Amino acid sequence: MFDLTVSPEKKDTRSGFGQGLAELGDSNPNVVALCADLIGSLKMNAFQKAHPKRFFQVGIAEANMMGVAAGLATAGKIPFTGTFANFSTGRVYDQIRQSIAYSDKNVKICASHAGLTLGEDGATHQILEDIGMMKMLPNMTVIVPCDYNQTRLATLALADHHGPAYLRFGRPSWAIFTPAEDNFVIGKAQMLKPGADVSIFATGHLVWKSIQAAQALMEKGIDAEVINIHTIKPLDVKAILDSARKTGCVVTAEEHQRNGGLGDSVAQVLAMHLPTPMEMVAVDDQFGESGTPAQLMTKYGIDTEDVIAASERAVARK
Amino acid sequence: MEATEISPTMSHVSDVNELKRIASQVRRDILRMVHAVNSGHPGGSLGCTDFFVSMYFNIMKHDPKAFNMTAKGEDAFFLSNGHISPVWYSTLAHSGYFPVTELNTFRKLNSRLQGHPATEEGLPGIRIASGSLGQGLSVACGMAQAKIIDKDENTVYTLHGDGELQEGQIWEAAMYAAHYKLDNLIATVDCNGRQIDGDLEDVMSLGDLGAKWKAFGWTVLEMNGHDYDQILSTMAKAKSLRGQGKPIVILMTTEMGEGVDFMVGSHKWHGVAPNDEQLASALSQIKETLGDYPA
Repeated sequence: MFDLTVSPEKKDTRSGFGQGLAELGDSNPNVVALCADLIGSLKMNAFQKAHPKRFFQVGIAEANMMGVAAGLATAGKIPFTGTFANFSTGRVYDQIRQSIAYSDKNVKICASHAGLTLGEDGATHQILEDIGMMKMLPNMTVIVPCDYNQTRLATLALADHHGPAYLRFGRPSWAIFTPAEDNFVIGKAQMLKPGADVSIFATGHLVWKSIQAAQALMEKGIDAEVINIHTIKPLDVKAILDSARKTGCVVTAEEHQRNGGLGDSVAQVLAMHLPTPMEMVAVDDQFGESGTPAQLMTKYGIDTEDVIAASERAVARK
Repeated sequence: MEATEISPTMSHVSDVNELKRIASQVRRDILRMVHAVNSGHPGGSLGCTDFFVSMYFNIMKHDPKAFNMTAKGEDAFFLSNGHISPVWYSTLAHSGYFPVTELNTFRKLNSRLQGHPATEEGLPGIRIASGSLGQGLSVACGMAQAKIIDKDENTVYTLHGDGELQEGQIWEAAMYAAHYKLDNLIATVDCNGRQIDGDLEDVMSLGDLGAKWKAFGWTVLEMNGHDYDQILSTMAKAKSLRGQGKPIVILMTTEMGEGVDFMVGSHKWHGVAPNDEQLASALSQIKETLGDYPA
């Protein structure tokens, strides 16, 4: 597919985090990890086993976990916290705001099971507002990698990046289409397929959906450009403007509320610098529900077909 | 009298009368700081003055001239009830962290002395923002945990308001500290029995506080926060309990507004500044010992 090498194997992005964290445990003695009773779900077992004195089970007490992490960071450690995205953000927003973001602590908030693809657990756990909450905080970096390999690389990169950061990943097995070894640069958009007719800016699981959409669009005679925005903040403004200038219309795609997500970050850039026809593929001000990830992506309008339709609308508005 | 810089040799003061002299100046500073901007929290600040002066001039191992964010090789102090920032700022300034003259920037635009303590402006002595209550004990647990990893024998201290203990996060952290046997952690609770809306017993009773901490696995000590002999001996005792595998909490009885007759013992001065007349009356009761900072 294009010039991407798609692995025959699928893996969950959370396992990429677990692998990256385990490697960091061996390579960086300052890295410590905390988990709020979800070690298996977050794939933190390997780190815990190899480095028990640098791993802290905090129990079901996420607010305390964020504070302990802030204290460890103050002392010069590089703490990685692990729990579901819902409990990594909404539940502990004030702790993150005061003790981590405002205090500029080098804490890496690692959040799994984000979005609708959590599936059957339903809306209590399917957070779709976390990118918005986190990107609003000054000092905070927000990263949403697209596959297993990239989640591993983003985890490794975070240890060398000073400052508070939010790393969002998910539960389902997903296609692997980025290189295992790559130069992952925080804040630098990743060109996956150059194109001339429409720019698709996607993040997280929707990057794969966008690649599939681009393939279908090609058969319809539309040459889509697909750019992976793995860093929502700081946003690669230049990459967005260069692409939008070239194609003349834009689609954003994400597993998040339209309010507060990647789409509104891109819209802000375009509105200020280069007003361009734009369509957004995102959840439209609704809570999710129980169901399989595939069913939910279809029902809530964030599937391949939605990216295709949005691209056609965008092209028609040029 | 001109404001004077404190020489580094004053960083450790063993004479109780000298500690009281410093405390007298800190109380004047608190009143003048909150009066100057007609805002801030004098009540709890005055109540904790004797504790702060004891900590920074006698108990803690610290180096005001070379502030070290990581606190490696020294004791660390976290103020969890950040609204009593005036007493902390004055104590930090007099112990040499920054010029005493800077106290006149408190709560003003472009100041390092924010209404509630913050690290954003780089004020030496502050390691984390506080103000939204209940977060400091968790942060202190993290620092205490790091000291264990690093085999650093120094102590982590915190101060909390008693009203602050109504926050659930405090008890999450209390569980954590006991579970991880953080006996290098000494928390002090300012038990003045008051909070913004009134007496603590009326707003939200804490019940038997000592029993609560004991049940959470902590060693509990008590002291009178205005009796220097008790403060010094209790803090020394708390430190001697290292090695028993239990975090230590000190329930410190104080009077909100201590030192000013019309403020003492009332919640009404929690977050209200004195007017000109009240300031004059308050200052007439507290001796200028080290020199008032220039307004």
